[in-house]
Amino acid sequence: MKLLRMKPGHGEIVLAEGDVRVPEQERELIEAFRRELDAGMWAAVPTETPGSRREAELVKSFAEVPREAERVIFFPRAAGGAGR
Amino acid sequence: MALALGTGAILLVVLLWELVRPTFKGALTRVRLLWSLRRSASPRLGYDPGRERRAELRARALLRSCIDERDWAIYRDLGFLRVWGGHGDDRRTDRRSMGSPIVQRASYAYLIYPHKPLVAYVPQTGALLNEYCVAFPDLSRPYGSSRLPDSDDVLAKWMALTADEHRLIADANMHLPGRQVDPGRVRRDLLRLARWERERAARDPRAADRAGAGADPRGADLASTDPAGSNLPDASDRAAADRAYADVRGADADTLHA
Repeated sequence: MKLLRMKPGHGEIVLAEGDVRVPEQERELIEAFRRELDAGMWAAVPTETPGSRREAELVKSFAEVPREAERVIFFPRAAGGAGR
Repeated sequence: MALALGTGAILLVVLLWELVRPTFKGALTRVRLLWSLRRSASPRLGYDPGRERRAELRARALLRSCIDERDWAIYRDLGFLRVWGGHGDDRRTDRRSMGSPIVQRASYAYLIYPHKPLVAYVPQTGALLNEYCVAFPDLSRPYGSSRLPDSDDVLAKWMALTADEHRLIADANMHLPGRQVDPGRVRRDLLRLARWERERAARDPRAADRAGAGADPRGADLASTDPAGSNLPDASDRAAADRAYADVRGADADTLHA
């Protein structure tokens, strides 16, 4: 599993990468996950429905991330844009 | 006489220097400060078109890996994405539709432009409903700007919309159409989208079939029923769309445009 973060001027960066079946690597993934959430980021997991349609799922804790997920993408939380 | 003139000249110079000295010292300090700032400023804080271009390429690759092939083709060719309304709810199936996803019955959709508000519209008629102004500012400003690359902004909106439409719409600032996105541009984009879908279906009918829920003949309907491209909503459009939005916004349809 890879934890990615969108970054201005860079595109995505890899925050952490590991196998959730390996306890030590899972711990590192959880720590990185918490750090990003504490920094105010939203976390989304790209998924695919049984009908092969792609969508995303917002997760609020590492426990909500499907074990088979390949990526979790962090992005800044939404804010109402200002009117012109 | 000469001595008096010389003394007077010296006094004049000294007095003038005393008058000019504060201004001169201030100017000198400012110049030194600007010079030191220029020397100490990190080159990574400035705008670098090459860096932004590389960031956008990375963002496009990420976007492509996350969305449907058909949606990617729309974005690549037309520069925007379309997301059906009620997307976040269509994991449920509807008994009345014999198990087909709710998206088949979507009465509204969104256009996602990079760094522009979401534009909601009625696919059947092309009537524009609202603009939802939403941004994803990265307050850490790693390179001096809080703006994500264009394709990352589109992906963030797509993920938020498909995952939790209610939440995103609740966080957005709602405006009537035309506040930030030119309705004429949206009208042209909807026609371009309809044409794009017709051409794609004509090129490869099986591709349209394979797209399943993503494929929607309503784009063609829009072009065939509205050749002039008029997107001005009539009363029935507005009422139907408002009813759909009342559910999303958790508000009465009557108050939506207050």
